[in-house]
Amino acid sequence: MVGSNGSAPVTVAEVLEARAEQVAQQWADLPIFRNVYTTGRDAAVDAAHRLVEVLAEVARNERLDDSSAPGFDRVRPHLGQMVAARSQAGSTLAQITNEVSQLKAPVVGVVEQEVADRGDDGAAPLDAVELMGTLRVVVMEIALSEGAEVIDRQRQQLLELSTPVIKLWDRVVAVPLIGTMDSARTQVVMETLLQAIVDQNAAVAILDITGVPMVDTVVAQYLLKTAMAVRLMGAECVISGIRPQIAQTIVQLGIDLGDITTRATLADALARALEKSGVTVVGEV
Amino acid sequence: MSAESGAERIPVLRLGDVLIAAIQQELTDQSALALQQDLTEMAAAGARGVIIEISGVEIIDSFLARILSEIAAATSMLAGRTVIAGMRPSVAITLVEMGLSLRGLRTARSLEDALSILGHSGPQAGR
Amino acid sequence: MSPDDVTRVHIGSDVQIAGARQAVREAAVAAGFSLVEQTKIVTAASELARNTLVHGGGGYMDLAVEDGPRGQGIHLTFTDEGPGIKDVSAALSDGYTTGNGLGLGLGGARRLVQDFTIDSTPGGGTTVTAVSWSRAGQRARR
Repeated sequence: MVGSNGSAPVTVAEVLEARAEQVAQQWADLPIFRNVYTTGRDAAVDAAHRLVEVLAEVARNERLDDSSAPGFDRVRPHLGQMVAARSQAGSTLAQITNEVSQLKAPVVGVVEQEVADRGDDGAAPLDAVELMGTLRVVVMEIALSEGAEVIDRQRQQLLELSTPVIKLWDRVVAVPLIGTMDSARTQVVMETLLQAIVDQNAAVAILDITGVPMVDTVVAQYLLKTAMAVRLMGAECVISGIRPQIAQTIVQLGIDLGDITTRATLADALARALEKSGVTVVGEV
Repeated sequence: MSAESGAERIPVLRLGDVLIAAIQQELTDQSALALQQDLTEMAAAGARGVIIEISGVEIIDSFLARILSEIAAATSMLAGRTVIAGMRPSVAITLVEMGLSLRGLRTARSLEDALSILGHSGPQAGR
Repeated sequence: MSPDDVTRVHIGSDVQIAGARQAVREAAVAAGFSLVEQTKIVTAASELARNTLVHGGGGYMDLAVEDGPRGQGIHLTFTDEGPGIKDVSAALSDGYTTGNGLGLGLGGARRLVQDFTIDSTPGGGTTVTAVSWSRAGQRARR
């Protein structure tokens, strides 16, 4: 067998096509196939065949180093299922990619054999190594995107759970801002607070920043935006927990809080909210 | 109104000297202009307050925002006040993101609160 | 974008601006956008569609859904053969208006989406592209 146009990738493709059965049989016994296709060896061999065909196609299109080569699309769902099965069985990402690496030897083996038979010094074996490396990248991408999705969902749930909006009084809600305000968190806090204004028919929303260590322009912008949104919805926004240093920083930054009411403590903010609704506070709150 | 013109007129109710318009559907530009015309005419004919209830509105873009501002300006010139009631959170967030804060427009949480602001007595008045 | 996946909405009247909003809303819902994400992109589309009509003399919107690493994205292109925009950066700045006090709405739209480009030359029409991605953990399926 000689590569029809002398190109090394095409040689790899031709070897894979001609020796598909041999490679598939070897693969079927390797952990990544054996532990996934537990119903029977035939299923493993069929699955292995499919993957060999795809690799041959990718090699034939000379996309050896391209993990986004369209050929891989055909097996992405199957690789996804294999990755899912292995992770559920407790394999880590490192273990899974190691198992994928084991698929390399049989492929490189048959290509080297072919090259030796032809007395050819060509680059085909190296190209085979590169192709198998790309397969490893494809599997890693699949595993990572699965993982990332789970983390994303969990993070979102955590953000929502950890943003308590408190009903302080009839028509008065408050939310304590705690810790660093990254953009994901600020978005969740704003949305949660505004929804609480609807749910509680709130007339006053208190943003308590006692737990915010530092107010810079980003945080100040966020407070302004939240206050504007609260106002648009027809409620009053009060910012409480303004320590003297924070007040100074805000002035120094040249930030104009406009008509947003501010108070030093949450208690003061509540007193203010109650005054607005005609309730007099007697003694200490 | 023909479907072509898309100008389905939003009904305007009169409660004493307050006009109330509740927008329950997406407005085409023509409908918004028609509402502006109706409210301005009716206000000129004698109303000291206008309430535009928007809890059913999912999108406010700069065009609609401008119309609302113009209605407020017109009623203010006629010695009245306009109150926008019931804005949805997603709409408020989007307006703020765009940089449209609609300063000068009174807002209220609900139709009831808006009536309170305009001095109409009811169970919630004076609370 | 392959031609098969693009929806074209003609923008020649205010009713069609509403139609463009509807098309974008449906696509955003199908792409798993949160309510706030939907509102932002539909509002941006409304601004840009109106700009196409009022300043561009009419044109069309092309809508495509794309797969991204963290979810799907909505890709919008607004095209008109109108007079073009002389000073694009001025048009994008806050408070920019021409003629009857109606802002071009471009600055606001830009703030609502993730990727935004304008291609416009005086006398040569205008093309505006706006793209937003869902941040929900919806897996990209090819």
